[in-house]
Amino acid sequence: MIEKTVAELSAALASGEFSSVELTQAYLDHIERHNATLNAYITVCAESALAQARAADAARAAGANNPLLGIPIAHKDIFCTEGVLTTCGSKMLHNFVSPYNATVIEKFNAAGAVMLGKTNMDEFAMGSSNETSYYGPVRNPWDLERVPGGSSGGSAAAVAADLCAMATGTDTGGSIRQPAAFSGITGLKPSYGRVSRWGMIAFASSLDQAGTLSKSAEDSALMLNVMAGLDMKDSTSADKPVDDYAATLNDSLQGLRIGIPRQHFAEGLSPEVEKAVRAALGEYEKLGATLKEIDLPNNHLSVSAYYVVAPAEASANLSRFDGVRYGYRCADPVNLEDMYKRSRSEGFGDEVKRRIMIGTYALSAGFYDAYYRKAQRIRRLIKDDFSRAFQEVDVVIGPTSPHTAFKLGAKTDPVAMYLEDIYTIAVNLAGLPGISIPVGTAAGLPVGMQLVGPDFAEAKLLNIAHQFQCHTDWHRQKPGALGKEA
Amino acid sequence: MALDKSEVAKIAHLARLHISETEADEVTNRITDILALIDQMQSVDTDGVDPLAHPLDVVQRLRPDVVTETDERERLQTLAPASQDGLYLVPQVIE
Repeated sequence: MIEKTVAELSAALASGEFSSVELTQAYLDHIERHNATLNAYITVCAESALAQARAADAARAAGANNPLLGIPIAHKDIFCTEGVLTTCGSKMLHNFVSPYNATVIEKFNAAGAVMLGKTNMDEFAMGSSNETSYYGPVRNPWDLERVPGGSSGGSAAAVAADLCAMATGTDTGGSIRQPAAFSGITGLKPSYGRVSRWGMIAFASSLDQAGTLSKSAEDSALMLNVMAGLDMKDSTSADKPVDDYAATLNDSLQGLRIGIPRQHFAEGLSPEVEKAVRAALGEYEKLGATLKEIDLPNNHLSVSAYYVVAPAEASANLSRFDGVRYGYRCADPVNLEDMYKRSRSEGFGDEVKRRIMIGTYALSAGFYDAYYRKAQRIRRLIKDDFSRAFQEVDVVIGPTSPHTAFKLGAKTDPVAMYLEDIYTIAVNLAGLPGISIPVGTAAGLPVGMQLVGPDFAEAKLLNIAHQFQCHTDWHRQKPGALGKEA
Repeated sequence: MALDKSEVAKIAHLARLHISETEADEVTNRITDILALIDQMQSVDTDGVDPLAHPLDVVQRLRPDVVTETDERERLQTLAPASQDGLYLVPQVIE
C-alpha cells in the first residue's frame, strides 16, 4: 500500500480498505528498514505519528472525510515543529526543539495529515546535492552512489523510496525542482507568496517558497489546496484568492501554447536529457498543444545575480544565530566576541560560512551599488524576459537540470555546484511558479522536465503536468537500488 | 575581483566568524572564485533599469494596533544555553 499516490490512499482510507494506523505503521516499518541506507530522515516521530493516525481514524469514523485525512507526510527539517527537533540540517540547531509550529505544519495538522518525521536537507537549504547537511548526505534510491539533489534531498528520496506518501520542501533556487528531477518524482515550487513562510527557517527571504514533493501532479494539487493562502503572520504572503487546484486537473490542453526557451537547450545540456524532454514535448503536441521557440536572453546572468541576492539576504537572516537565545554555543567563551565568533564558526558548516561572507562583502560599505543593486537590476531584466514570453505562450517548458543525478563527492568546487541550478534559479528571481515532473530515464536515472507559468498560475501548471501523467507512466517508475540491496 | 587574506579576515570579522590560519588560503581562493562568477553581472549594461527588490509589487499590509502576543518568556528561555532570573546570560562585558 505504501507505493500508492495520495489520491489512491485517500480513496482506500475512505472505503475502509485499510486504516490510517495500518498505513502509518507500514511506512514506519519501511523507514525502519531503509532509512539507515538512505539517511532521508533526521528525526522519525513514530509515537506521535501513530497517535495522529488513531485520531484520524477516529475522525473518519465520526464522519470526517477530507482528502489528506490520515495520510502520512514527511516535513523538511526547515519547518518549525512544536516539541520536535528542528535542525535545518545544521549543528547550529542540533539541540533546537521548536516551541511552535510553522503555518504550513499547522495547516497539514488541521487537514488530518500524519507527520512521520523530519527530513534531511542541505544545511540551511544551501546546496544542490544534500551533501552539506551536518547529518550526512542522503543517498539516491535509484543509485546509492549518487546524490538525490538538494536542498530538499531527504524529502525527495523519502517520496521516491516510499518512506512517506508525500513531503514538504522549500525552494530558493531550485531546491524542490532539482531533487524532484534527480529522484524521479513531482516537485512544485509555487509562486512567491502563495504559501506562508512563517515558521520556515529563513535563508533568502525574497526568494524562499515552500512547496510539495509528491508521486504525482494530482497529489501536489491536493497538498497545495491545504498549504496555500494568506497568512497575517507573513507580511509577504499573497492576498490573492486560492484556486481549487484539483478542480481543473482534467481541463483540455487543446490550443495550449508552449514556449521552448532556446537558452535552456544550449551548450551544457546532456543529449539524453534533451532527448527525453523533446519526447515529452511531442506528447503535448499529441494532446493539442503547439510549440514555439522563445528567448530568455538574460538567463545566463541568473546564477551570478542569485549569488549576490541570496547570500546577502542569508547573511542578514543568519545573524540571529549568535549562541545567546537558542541553538549551539561554544564551550568556555572568554568574552562576548569570542562567544559569537566561535559559536558561529563551530556551529555553521563551510558552505554556510562562505555564503555569509559573500553576502557580508556584497552589502559592505562601498560595494552595495556594484553588487546588490546591480543584482536587483538584473533581477528586473530576468522578470521582464518571462513577462515578454508569457505574452506569446501559456507555459515555458525545458529541462529541470542539465543532466541526471551525479555521484556523491563529484562536485567539490562550489562554483560548479552553483551552476547546477542554471535552469531553475531565474524562476525564483522572478517569483514564478515552477514544477518538475519525471519524463524519462537516461542510463537508469530519472530525467526531470520543468514547467514554468505566469504569477499564480499554479492551477494551470498542475493541469498541464497532470495531463502528461494521465497519458504516460514515467511518474509510476520506481527506483530499484533498495530492492537490490534487500 | 580577487581578495587577499587580510580582506577575507575583515569580512569574517564583520560576519562574526573566525577563520583559522590553516583555513585562510582555502577560504580566500573559494571566495575569489565565487566573486569571479558574480562579476559576470558586469557584462550587461543595466543603466536605467529599475531594481527589483522583491517579486511581488505590493505594499506592506497594516493590521490593527492591538496586542496579539502573550508572554512566553519562561517557555522560550528554556531553549537558551544559559539564563537566570528571566535574563539571557553571556560572558561578562563590563568589568
